[in-house]
Formats: sequence, structure tokens, C-alpha cells
Amino acid sequence: MDYFAQQLINGLVLGSIYGLIAIGYTMVYGIVGMINFAHGDIFMIGGFIALITFLILISLGLTAIPVILLVVLLVSMAITALYGWTIERIAYRPLRHSFRLAPMLSAIGMSFVLTNYSQVAQGARVKPIPPFITGGYTLHESPDGFVIQLSNIQIMVVVTTIVLLAIFTWLVSRTRLGRDMRACEQDQTMAALLGVNVDRTISMTFVIGAALAAVAGLMYLLYYGLVDFFMGFVAGIKAFTAAVLGGIGSLPGAMLGGLAIGLIETFWSAYFSVEYKDVAAFSILIVVLIFMPTGLLGRPEVEKV
Amino acid sequence: MTTIPQTTHASRTAGIPSILKTAVINALVALVLFSLMVGIRTEAGSDGQLTYWTRFGELASLVAVVFGGSIVIELLRQWIGPSGAERLVPPAVHTGMAFVGRFLAPALLIFALLVPVIFYNQRYILDLAILVLTYVMLGWGLNVVVGLAGLLDLGYVAFYAVGAYSYALLATNFGWSFWVCLPLAGILAAFWGMLLGFPVLRLRGDYLAIVTLAFGEIIRLVIINWQELTGGPNGVSGIPRPTLLGIPLDNSDDGLAAKLGIEYSPTHRIVFLFYLILAMALLTNWVTIRLRRLPIGRAWEALREDEVACRALGINTTSTKLTAFATGAMFGGFAGAFFATRQGFISPESFTFQESALVLAIVVLGGMGSQLGVALAALTMIGGFELFRGLETYRMLVFGMAMVLIMIWRPRGLIGHRAPTVFLTKAKAISSDLVKEGHG
Repeated sequence: MDYFAQQLINGLVLGSIYGLIAIGYTMVYGIVGMINFAHGDIFMIGGFIALITFLILISLGLTAIPVILLVVLLVSMAITALYGWTIERIAYRPLRHSFRLAPMLSAIGMSFVLTNYSQVAQGARVKPIPPFITGGYTLHESPDGFVIQLSNIQIMVVVTTIVLLAIFTWLVSRTRLGRDMRACEQDQTMAALLGVNVDRTISMTFVIGAALAAVAGLMYLLYYGLVDFFMGFVAGIKAFTAAVLGGIGSLPGAMLGGLAIGLIETFWSAYFSVEYKDVAAFSILIVVLIFMPTGLLGRPEVEKV
Repeated sequence: MTTIPQTTHASRTAGIPSILKTAVINALVALVLFSLMVGIRTEAGSDGQLTYWTRFGELASLVAVVFGGSIVIELLRQWIGPSGAERLVPPAVHTGMAFVGRFLAPALLIFALLVPVIFYNQRYILDLAILVLTYVMLGWGLNVVVGLAGLLDLGYVAFYAVGAYSYALLATNFGWSFWVCLPLAGILAAFWGMLLGFPVLRLRGDYLAIVTLAFGEIIRLVIINWQELTGGPNGVSGIPRPTLLGIPLDNSDDGLAAKLGIEYSPTHRIVFLFYLILAMALLTNWVTIRLRRLPIGRAWEALREDEVACRALGINTTSTKLTAFATGAMFGGFAGAFFATRQGFISPESFTFQESALVLAIVVLGGMGSQLGVALAALTMIGGFELFRGLETYRMLVFGMAMVLIMIWRPRGLIGHRAPTVFLTKAKAISSDLVKEGHG
């Protein structure tokens, strides 16, 4: 039971990170109708920028951890958002009215570009950082000595995710930008006729998605203490799996799917085998799509002839 | 009426200040983008401590390149004219293209047949030609699934892997010969294709893409982790070389060279492998062309154009999709068996998502459904890849950029039109813009 509880905590933390990435996928899919394959690599870039900012701040002699964290968060969100914006501008916008496969292949190409760009720019070796946020709480200690730990970093990941989700939900449901986004999702032509700047709205979608991915990258860096140039691919596929599992296009679905994938992966590693944890996640994806092609919270797609 | 030409005229000859403004903005964006990623280089030291140093020189030159590049692009854009405008091709060029098109395929075939004769002493070129032909075959195989049936498959490399491992394991464990294993590898891959086909029958478009991707990854992960069977990351080595009807092509007494009474040379095996893959690729092409004229091929193309209409006409979409997957997978399996026997060693590293993306890029670049286009695209891609062999780290970077640029420049591929398979009196090539790619 204690072991189970510990794994539950670990799974929720991992799931929060996946959920943050999955939101980027699901938003872009909802509005533009394409799989942004490069999104996983945006997450990786976010992690790298966070790492470099950390290094600079520490070497500048800053010691106040909250200040460092805030600066790193803002810098990595800002620069990664600019990456998202630039990629949309270069690789996706010219293809918006092209045939369906074109933006997807362009995105796959962009994913290769980003992966290899960071390999060339930062080297192929794994970049570790020393544990930055230490300490935690012991929730429960069982008689046989097993301890349920809740570390500060885990609390931070979950709290940050919840706060971001709240901000994001407010953004989508209450602001002008959110209304524009929902309008574009339903009908781009009609939205444009009613005075919505479609290009700008789509750009902002990519910017917000990239910023959330940057936060996920920072969380990943703090939680696992390392980044490498290849981590975007697997994380990206899993986050996409999460988005599909939750019902693509649905924002709460993305978070739910992220948590589900995180839990499945953690429990599978804990009770069955670590080697096959990715196989488990992908198999779940296939099984869900067979029996529930629209995901957990997705709307059924009505096909018009 | 009068304002429209004026505005287009004005936008075409935007002044130098506006070009400079665009370039400055682009350079600023580049400066921010590259500031940390390029300007600062991190490396983990021997004690696990991260160190960093600055590279402002590289950063400055990159920003300068972006600045200069955007000026050049803006000037080019004005020179060529507004993008998206209909470019009229004179009829003379059209007939010329048609003439070239008619003779290009036979010319390429004759050239391919003569490659070992012309380049007999250039081992490097022969190896490269074999590699190109392997990708031509993979491209033609995937073309059945993506180009004909319109089912987007991002996990094609899984079948390549199944074929390669089938041959490798059967040959190393039971000593079965290549010619027995080749059909078996194809059948096994086709079986896996059917297995993948069943769950994805109800899926369309991007969902299908992601499930096939997941499937490809599952196969690769299972190969890595099932160490007792596959050797895990170490792969399978010592895979037997193919024989010519049981006669080995080696230096031994009963080798082919000894039997024919000529002096042995390792090139014999390379030439044999070349003709083997050429024959296999041509077989793929021939089968595909013949299948397109059978009801099943017609059903594939109907499925690509409109699944609902297809069902309304009484076509069994289940069996149509499954046969498309199985046929495509079978060719992938053949190619995999060939790959295993050529390399003599296989490991999961050869079957990453990158390979799937490469083959898919070949098919799309070739113009989805055009056999000649796929062959040309494979030649361009693999040849271009080889040009960057010296710059190992930059190779995939350039490949990715090329993929993006080609998609922007010619989203419909190099050969942008194709002849319809069904016509009344005269085959008239139609632009592939008129052909839908289906919803998978």
C-alpha cells in the first residue's frame, strides 16, 4: 500500500509534465488541425535554455533560489515562445492551405532540425545539474521501514502545473484572445469575416503552447536533473499519446491524458518491468483508439459528405 | 478595378527601407533565438560539474547570415513575383516535359542495368547504388500504402525490421538459406502488416499516423529488450551472405569464381547484390503497376479519393485497407531481408523513426503515387545525404531543413502530376493538385 502511494505521487508528477506538453499539441491540433511534430523538441529547447540560464545566474553570484527560479522560468518561457512563433512562421504558415500531409512532413523536418541544432550547438553529451531544490516531507513511515516521500520539487511541479492550468483556463474562457482562439477552432473563414485576426491568433496559439512546453522543460530539468538533445522525441510522442488519449482538441482532456500516461508508465515500471514502460504507454494508446477513437473527452467527429 | 494592379505593383517593388526593416527584425529574432543556445556552450566536466564558455563570434556570424539571407530572400521574392500567382507554362515546355517524361524511365532503367559495368572498379559508387535501390524499393513499397491507398503510415520501418530480423534469426539459428527466408520474411512482414491493419481500420488521418508511429516504436523497443531472441542492442551478427542458387560467392573451392574458372574478386558479390536488389525493386514496381489495374488496385485508389463514396459503392473497405497494409509491409519485409544479408549485421539502431520519416519523405517528395517520382526522389535524397557524409553532425540538420524547404517549395512533390489509371480514350495527365489524398 505504501509502495502504491509512493508510485501514485511519482506518477502524478510525471503526468503533470506530460500534461503541460500535451496542451501544446492539443491546442495546435484544435485550431490548425495538424500534428505539431516539433513540439517535443520545443520542450527540449525549453529545458536547454533553462539549464543555460541557471548556469549564467549562478556564475553571476545569485544565491536566492526563488529569484533564480523566477528568472529562469521567465527567460525560458520567453525564448522558447519565440522559437514556437518562428517555427510557425517559417515552416507551417506557408503550408496552411496546402494538402494535409504537407504541414505534417514539414513538422517532422522541423523536429529533425531542432534535435540536431541543439546537438550541434550544445554537444551530444547529457547535461546534468546538481540537485537544486532539495528536501521534502515524509508522509508516512510503515513498520517495515518503507517511507513515503513527498519532495519539495514534486510539490513545486504539481503546484506550478495547477497554477498554469488555472491561468490558461482563464485565458481561453475569459479573454479576447481565448474567444478568438475558440472562434478559429470552429471556423477560420467565418472568424476572419467577423474581424478575428486569424494569423495572429494561430501565432499566439503556438507561442502559448511553446511557453507551456518550456515550463515542462524546466520542470523536467529540475526533477530529473539533466537534459539531453534527444529527450524531446520520446517525451513528445508520449505527450501526443496523452493528448489523443484525452481526446485531441480538448484542453482538460490533455491534462487528464497526461496524468493517465504518467500513472500508467510509473505503475508499469513499478510492478512489471522498466524496459517495457514505453511499450505499455504506446499499447494503451492503440487500445484506447480501437475502442474509443475520440479519446476520453473528445467530441465525436461527424463526417460530412 | 484600377486600384488592384497598383497595389500589387507597389507590393512587388517594396522600397529598400522596408527590405532593411524586415531584415533587421529577422536578425533581432535570430539574435534572441541563438543568444543562449549558440552564444553559450555548456559541457559536463569530468567531475560531473557543468562548465560553460561563450561563443559570441559564432553568434554574431549566424545573426549576420540571417540578416544577409533575409535581404537576399526579399530581393528574390520581388524578382520572382508574388508567391501563389499562377505561373503559366508555355505549351512547348509542356510537350518537351512529356517527351522527357516518356523516355526518362527507360533511360534510367538502362542506366541502372549498366551501373555495375560502368563503375565496376568503384566500390563506393556500387555500395551507394545498392543503398539507393534499397530505398527505391522501400519507397515503392510504402507508396502502395500512402500513395495508392492514402493511408498515412509513419511506422513503415517496423516491417523493414521484421523482414531483417526474420531472415537474420532464421539464418543464424537454423541455417536456412536466403532464398528460403526471403519469401518467409515477406510473409511474416505482411502478417504483421495485417496485425497493425486490424486496430487501425476505424482510424483516419492523423490518428492513423500516430498509431503507426507507436507501432513502429513498439517493434523497435521489443527488439531492444527481448535480448534472448534478438540480442538486444548488440544486434545479430554473422548473418550469412546470399548465394546464387546455392553457390556461394566467396573465395572457396566451390565458390562461383572457382566454378567459372575466373579469378575471385570481392566485387563479384557486390555486383550480385546490386542486381539482386535491382530485380527485387523492379519486381515491386511491376507488381504495383499490375495491382493498380486489378479491382483491388482500383479500390485502393477509390479509397484514397473518398472513403464514404467507396463504401457507398459497395467496396469492402476492411479488406481493401488490410490488403494495402499487407502488400506494402510485404515489400518492406523483402527489403529488410535484403538489408540483413547485405550488411551481415543488424541492430535496432537501423530501424529508428528517422528511417520511417526518410522513406515517407521519399514517397511524398516523389509525388505520392508516382513510381518514377519515388525513384527520382530516392536518388536525390540518398545521393544528397551522401554529399554530407563528411559532416556527420550537420547531416540530419541539413536533411530536416531540406524537408521543410521542399514542402514549402513543392508540397506536391517533384513529379506533380500523374496519369490516371482509368480513362476512356486518351490518358491525360492531371495535376496532382486535383487528386485528393484521402482521409485514411
